[in-house]
Amino acid sequence: MSAFVMPSLGADMESAVLMEWKVQEGDRVEKGDVIAEVETSKGVIEIEVFESGTVEKLLVAPETECAVGTPMAMIRAEGEAASEQVKPEVEETPLIEEKPAAAAKPAEPTTPESSKAETAPEAGRLKASPAARKRAEALGVELSALTPDAAGVIHLMQVEGSSVSTPEPPKAEVRKAPEPSAMRQAIAAAMSRANAEIPHYYLSTPINMTPALAWLEKQNAERPISKRILPAALMIRAVVKGLQEVPELNGFWEKGEQRVSEAIHPGIAIALRKGGLITPALLDAQKMDLEATMAALSDLITRTRAGKLRGAEMTQQTVTITNLGDLGVERVYGVIYPPQVSLVGLGRIADAPWAEGDALSVRKVMHATLAGDHRATDGRTGALFLERLDYFLQHPEELL
Amino acid sequence: MTKDEIKKAIVAQILTIAPEIDEGEIDPRANLQRSLEIDSFDFLKILTALNEVWGVEVPEADYGKVDTLEHMTEYFAERV
Repeated sequence: MSAFVMPSLGADMESAVLMEWKVQEGDRVEKGDVIAEVETSKGVIEIEVFESGTVEKLLVAPETECAVGTPMAMIRAEGEAASEQVKPEVEETPLIEEKPAAAAKPAEPTTPESSKAETAPEAGRLKASPAARKRAEALGVELSALTPDAAGVIHLMQVEGSSVSTPEPPKAEVRKAPEPSAMRQAIAAAMSRANAEIPHYYLSTPINMTPALAWLEKQNAERPISKRILPAALMIRAVVKGLQEVPELNGFWEKGEQRVSEAIHPGIAIALRKGGLITPALLDAQKMDLEATMAALSDLITRTRAGKLRGAEMTQQTVTITNLGDLGVERVYGVIYPPQVSLVGLGRIADAPWAEGDALSVRKVMHATLAGDHRATDGRTGALFLERLDYFLQHPEELL
Repeated sequence: MTKDEIKKAIVAQILTIAPEIDEGEIDPRANLQRSLEIDSFDFLKILTALNEVWGVEVPEADYGKVDTLEHMTEYFAERV
């Protein structure tokens, strides 16, 4: 028997609130199955079990805040005896059933927001996640004063982000600067560590994108609009192919040594509309062809913006790809996310003069940069990678 | 379908895919992607959704003709 504990979904995470169990006691689970949904400062995350077996006991009730490492359920491995203690099944206190009332009455009429409905006529009832309600209560924040997410629901993220907007009594003349949101703090912690610990080196190379874009346009002309492939997917695919040839850049620097990862899980930097940034992993990108890469990217962006990511996607990144091209910058000099050892930056694609042989012409040019951890690799390794990236973008048919 | 109805349908799709945008923010003559911070992924989603409504596919070569709300309305008005 082993305990399933609240996993760490990022170096900055201290706890999360269990929202819903996706399994019941007695269910069989396979390694990797989603077992529960938890809410963190980065949104709702589906968490997976790490071993196969049978759910023997659920130890925590929904709406409970659990610190990282808290046992949440007991999992009995295959072949293990039904239970070490055969008797207790019946007499043990069923923790889950203790407070079903809390979960079962979502529309409690006495909650303050019901009166707020009058002031916000078109909004009707305010929707807020259990964790958000709890935290709002603790912080004394009015839910009605918060801006819900795209789906009209207030999550923990919104509460923590604006806990400072609590209406202060007017006497207070001194205005505190707003406290940064939980996500801002998480980014701050990781990036401070990166800049303090990682000796970065930066390399940059211009890539002629005209052949790749022309090739892609031809491919897309034969595809229905719903199957169209974006240049971003082509570039991710090229990065993955490049990393397969220069694997030293894909992995970690931990405890003073380098660990190369065979699987390539690129963290894709995705901007959230309300601000902030999440870099969820495109898991096992090395197994995907171009079409699968596009489908997976599309799914990942959609779920990131909807706040529906999986635990593995939050923790398994082996490298980061930042594409700030949409914002129109020429080059991206990124900060490596520890313990990763590199970050690939892709700038905007713009018309630029391009010399080839003795001819000067105008081409679609993109600057690709590599930020490398100098403890793990040297500039030569990084240069080799950029050379391979360029090669694949000049031979896009090899990316299919 | 009138141009006005087409425009309304387009705006509705934009607001569905990028719900944080306020209708008043949409300047009919401004580049949609730049002025509303819609990335290429969301732009494709909008075109895909409109294709489902009217069965009109905008080839990539025509992206320049659907860059603003005004242009997009005209583009679909000619084809719906």
